[in-house]
Amino acid sequence: MNKVKSFAGGIHPLHAIGSGKGLTQSLPIEELPAPKRVYIPMVQHIGAPCAPCVAVGDHVARGQKVGEVRGFVSAPVHASVSGTVVSIAPHLTIGGNLVPCVVIENDGKEEWAPECALGERSPEEVDASAALAAVLEGGLVGMGGATFPTHVKLSPPKDKRIDYLLLNGAECEPYLTADHRMMLENCKKIIGGVQVIARILGNPQCIVGIEANKKDAIARMEQAAEGTGITIASMPVKYPQGSEKQLISVLTGRKVPSGKLPMDAGCVVVNVSSAAAVYDAVMLRRPLTERVVTVTGAVGQPRNLRVRIGTLVEELVAYCGGLKGEVDRVVSGGPMMGMALFDLAVPVTKGTSGVLALTREQTSPGKLTNCIRCGRCLKGCPMHLMPFELCNDVEKNDWKAAEKHNVLDCVECGSCTYVCPAKRAITSSIRIAKRQVMALRKKK
Amino acid sequence: MSNLTVSLSPHVRSETTTRKIMCNVIIALIPAVVFAVYWFGFGILVTIALSVLSAVGSEALMQKILKRPITVDDGSAAVTGLLLAMTLPAGTPWYVPVAGAVFAIVVAKQVFGGLGDNFVNPALAGRAFLLASFPVAMTTYPQVVDAVSSATPLSSEFVGTIDYVQAFLGRIGGSIGEVSKLALLAGAVYLIVLKVIDWRIPLSYLGTMALLTLAAGEPVLDSVLLGGTVLGAFFMATDYVTSPVPPWGRVLYGVGIGVINFAIRKWGAYPEGVTYAILLMNVAAPLLERATRPRKYGEVREHA
Repeated sequence: MNKVKSFAGGIHPLHAIGSGKGLTQSLPIEELPAPKRVYIPMVQHIGAPCAPCVAVGDHVARGQKVGEVRGFVSAPVHASVSGTVVSIAPHLTIGGNLVPCVVIENDGKEEWAPECALGERSPEEVDASAALAAVLEGGLVGMGGATFPTHVKLSPPKDKRIDYLLLNGAECEPYLTADHRMMLENCKKIIGGVQVIARILGNPQCIVGIEANKKDAIARMEQAAEGTGITIASMPVKYPQGSEKQLISVLTGRKVPSGKLPMDAGCVVVNVSSAAAVYDAVMLRRPLTERVVTVTGAVGQPRNLRVRIGTLVEELVAYCGGLKGEVDRVVSGGPMMGMALFDLAVPVTKGTSGVLALTREQTSPGKLTNCIRCGRCLKGCPMHLMPFELCNDVEKNDWKAAEKHNVLDCVECGSCTYVCPAKRAITSSIRIAKRQVMALRKKK
Repeated sequence: MSNLTVSLSPHVRSETTTRKIMCNVIIALIPAVVFAVYWFGFGILVTIALSVLSAVGSEALMQKILKRPITVDDGSAAVTGLLLAMTLPAGTPWYVPVAGAVFAIVVAKQVFGGLGDNFVNPALAGRAFLLASFPVAMTTYPQVVDAVSSATPLSSEFVGTIDYVQAFLGRIGGSIGEVSKLALLAGAVYLIVLKVIDWRIPLSYLGTMALLTLAAGEPVLDSVLLGGTVLGAFFMATDYVTSPVPPWGRVLYGVGIGVINFAIRKWGAYPEGVTYAILLMNVAAPLLERATRPRKYGEVREHA
């Protein structure tokens, strides 16, 4: 095991309650029974929306493609149950948008599509281009939450040499334990996925970065990686270590130039659960139709659930004993960067790592005061910006100043807002400034 | 229709609040107040009370007049009042703390926009105002040794000498809160451990003072132990609002205070200098902040 130093900046959110991970970190992944109906959104990734490729009334098998890509930066979507397509209509999704969804009535037969039922591939028949094709067909996206199509990430332009394949096992968001459980229970599969991805990328050096609060996962992964040349790095606990740029700094000492991509620093970063999904898609011919979701916080029994894509969040919550106490909001993802839900009748997508119920007491921001220039936001900023200054720029509607003060480099991790004793909504102000600056740039 | 709150991330906040920070500063000053009562008697509590109440009262009144929300519960005015009182000699007439606190809050703080918008430390501005207005009252120190001549077992051995141990404990003439360095340092350690204040400012300030004094061939301990240096370094110079935020800005700011303080003591007509050194550097803080802006992640274009 390799011990590495953490990055400059960052915070320790909810440190006093062990980041809330104690609720679920020791609970094995449970299978949530497939629901009667699944709602498969045509947008579950960053990029062009999919076009439905089935019609109402069609019988579909599990793993059958129901949404076809329309563009390079896109990922197909598949049926997560077998059954009948009952409607194709807009439905509310996690982001609060109405997105066309293919709704499938589950027939309970669990039949796989013929192309998924051909059995395991042998390593010999999977060369780099076959593997990449399988990644595209498998509908794989970054499962940490950013949902960038994996095949795009794995097809860097010829002139970019990839020296490192970095596996993100940081899971630095409080409360979430889905990746942690995946590393404990599916370590072989993750390592297998890493080997497939490494082959696609021309065998770069592979490092799995795991935060030191997951000692059991580090040990398990180390065992699984023995003899493969893949190294496991133990990283000091700090948020936002799972942010791509920070992870690259921690594991390689390199920095992604401002405004550029990880590949410009010779790196590709893949989440550990995504690596497991790559193994499923490439070696087992199983496209992405399920994922692990941590259902936690103010619910009856917090759990780690393996859930079919398209299951409504309300079914997850009901399975976990419903909401408990005075719940103020339910978040998809973690408390730092997750999205608050309008309604619980929204389907789980490929990027849903957690469903977190927070009580009014937990979400109450505290009393707003003037900025006292304490500097906690500067110390916490992983991008080394001066958030309090950006906040002032926004209050003055001075978008030029915000641009000069590097507002576009902000990764919106929320560290500044979290630590602010004056309880200022710094991240929200910065989001406004980013939009304004982008709009002004477009005008030019 | 559900009644869930929808708002942007992050959805949780730290426990730290402006009020808690201010309360911690007050807690950190309690040992110094206790020592002051021990050396000067309970009378100093009246001075402290007058200063704090005038600060809080004038803040509330100003905010009412200016139609701003009344925010005295954030504790910042109380801290200003307490800090000002710490810099006053024991036994000053009642109007000295009152005038100083009112000036600090009204002129130095509220006129510029209130908490966070003042450009000089209000307590020190109040003290500077008092030094100019009541020079005699501000520099007449009761002799501690006479006041409590039989109070300490150390007294028989040390009477009549100026001793660093004495100075450290506070058995020396001076302002209310400045006399016991031990008590001030206890409070300072508390604030540094809780990460309320940044060690960079006091370290660079006191370090610069010590080095310059050493270079000038004068007693180093005198320079950092006597007068208001310790109070200034840990409680005044570290004021968030009027010091630069970036780490290197804070170092330079501390160095600047040290240089000015040394210069005033060595060549100036005025024997103290802490107040003016900090006030001058308060004014330079925005410049230092601009000059020491952290380099953003990824600004270096080349990688190894």
